[in-house]
Amino acid sequence: MHTPLLLDIAADACADRVALGSRDGGCDFDSYRARATQVASWLIKQGKANTAFLGMNGNILPVLLFASGMAGTPFVPLNYRLADTDLNKLVQRTAPAVLVVDDEMAHRIVPTEGIKLILRSEFEATFMAGDRPEKVDIPESENDIAVLLFTSGTTGEPKAAVLRHANLTSYVMSTVEFLGAGEDEAALVCVPSYHIAGISAILTAAYGGRRIVYLPAFTAEDWVATAAAEGITHAMVVPTMLDRILDVMEKTGETLPELRALSYGGGKMPEPVIARALAMLPHVAFVNAYGLTETSSTISLLGADDHRAAFASDDPKVRRRIASVGQPLPTIELEIRRDDGTACEPGEQGEIHVRGEQVSGEYLHKKAIADDGWFATNDAGWLDDGGYLFVDGRLDDVIVRGGENISPGEIEDLLRSFDDIADCAVLGIPCDEWGEKVVAVIVSRSGQPDTDSISAAIRAKLRSTKTPEQWFHREELPYNETGKLLRRVLKAELVKATEQD
Amino acid sequence: MDLKPGSRWKSAVCDAQMVVVRPPKAAGELQCGGAPVVPIDDAAPPTGVIEPEFAEGVLIGKRYLDEDSGLEVLGAKAGKGSLAFNGTAMKIKGAKPLPASD
Repeated sequence: MHTPLLLDIAADACADRVALGSRDGGCDFDSYRARATQVASWLIKQGKANTAFLGMNGNILPVLLFASGMAGTPFVPLNYRLADTDLNKLVQRTAPAVLVVDDEMAHRIVPTEGIKLILRSEFEATFMAGDRPEKVDIPESENDIAVLLFTSGTTGEPKAAVLRHANLTSYVMSTVEFLGAGEDEAALVCVPSYHIAGISAILTAAYGGRRIVYLPAFTAEDWVATAAAEGITHAMVVPTMLDRILDVMEKTGETLPELRALSYGGGKMPEPVIARALAMLPHVAFVNAYGLTETSSTISLLGADDHRAAFASDDPKVRRRIASVGQPLPTIELEIRRDDGTACEPGEQGEIHVRGEQVSGEYLHKKAIADDGWFATNDAGWLDDGGYLFVDGRLDDVIVRGGENISPGEIEDLLRSFDDIADCAVLGIPCDEWGEKVVAVIVSRSGQPDTDSISAAIRAKLRSTKTPEQWFHREELPYNETGKLLRRVLKAELVKATEQD
Repeated sequence: MDLKPGSRWKSAVCDAQMVVVRPPKAAGELQCGGAPVVPIDDAAPPTGVIEPEFAEGVLIGKRYLDEDSGLEVLGAKAGKGSLAFNGTAMKIKGAKPLPASD
């Protein structure tokens, strides 16, 4: 099954419903599909293997995604935050391709063989302006690859994750009810197009019949103003965004009465932030979602009832589930495994493995999925007695101190419980005695953190091997735009700093 | 009738339209309102003749399942006839919708 089918059946069933943009004057489903078919027909004429996009969010993005699927050219959104040299390397790897590029970014692309550049302004004038064009009939393509997403690349060159039409449609159809959204529902999308959530948001909204409103790029002020003006009912944010959104709401007095559901993911949400959000937005259902590019987005989620139950509970086991990512989707099999491949007991940390139709576990020219369909996520985690999943971060981030595996997450959670600690990161850096030693980087509110008493508290609660041996102070920690802490950047700085000591 | 995933069909007797989500393990006939369904682009208008034992209707957004063959079909447009596979009525697949997460 191919992704354009999702738009096709929605456009047949609710042609007049607004699909993209403002509730007055936005693009309806019929026009959305017609424009995508026009673009697809043009893409086919260009004869390029791929369709790439470099630019800010906007209505051309979903039109391009569906058009690429119709034309049988994998859609390749590129990360505009990359340095020019890295960006051009990816452009080269995408060739031969049509590349639609924001006018302001075009100068960054060096002329490359096989790349046909088209400016966004030109594309918009041709395909997005004016009345609804004629729908072109395009036979379903043979190409079963829908999207190529370059992953951030923990080591070496970025990998091109392959998402097949079957992965994506399976994800959408198993998690969303067809036309399940009311006509008044609208989703505000602020994650960039080169992030898996930016892709899945388009597909789930089309199939669910929910209008999409784009923020070209995230600022908390724009987010709150747009959410209020556009009657936004649903949105997905990353943790760093939520804190800033709440700040703006507090300042402006905006209460967002129409907002119904807010999902978050893409990084660890500090408990004080979610507690504040629940208090400020009592009418909103919160959902914590966990997923990876290689799994076509969400594989596990903590729903609104779970949030309320956790916060209301006196039982520490239930209470701590607020920090979990809930339970796996019914269509996903999930196991925690030890290094030797055997299954972990509840409460025991291991590597998260998943299996299901939405799991691609595949990169261009390299399959990363086992023959029996299981995919090793490279994330460390554990399940509690009730089957709630706790994610401890990338396996690569686990600190190995004298043969003992130490998860930064557990120590960071404890550090965040101190009022004076605004933000923190725990890392392992090379040390002669233990292989790695535990160090903490903290952002102190007072500027004079009492690390002695914090150390004592950690020693009492966890154990001495988990107590940071060295403390670093920062004004702020480095994050990427989707809220992921840049541990490698931080670690490299610390290693350099300690070597100079 | 090639009931492959993603293929689109419509009722020959009512307004219902459907999409195959999962194919049947063995070939067979998808029926609506007691009559074989026709490809989505078939030009003939619905006859309106619905057999009484297959008149419970197709609902939009619901999934219909034939347990024996594994055939699963999505209601893409509503109609008055109800679905069957080789004469056996298909059942609504009860699935609790998940909260939106992206």
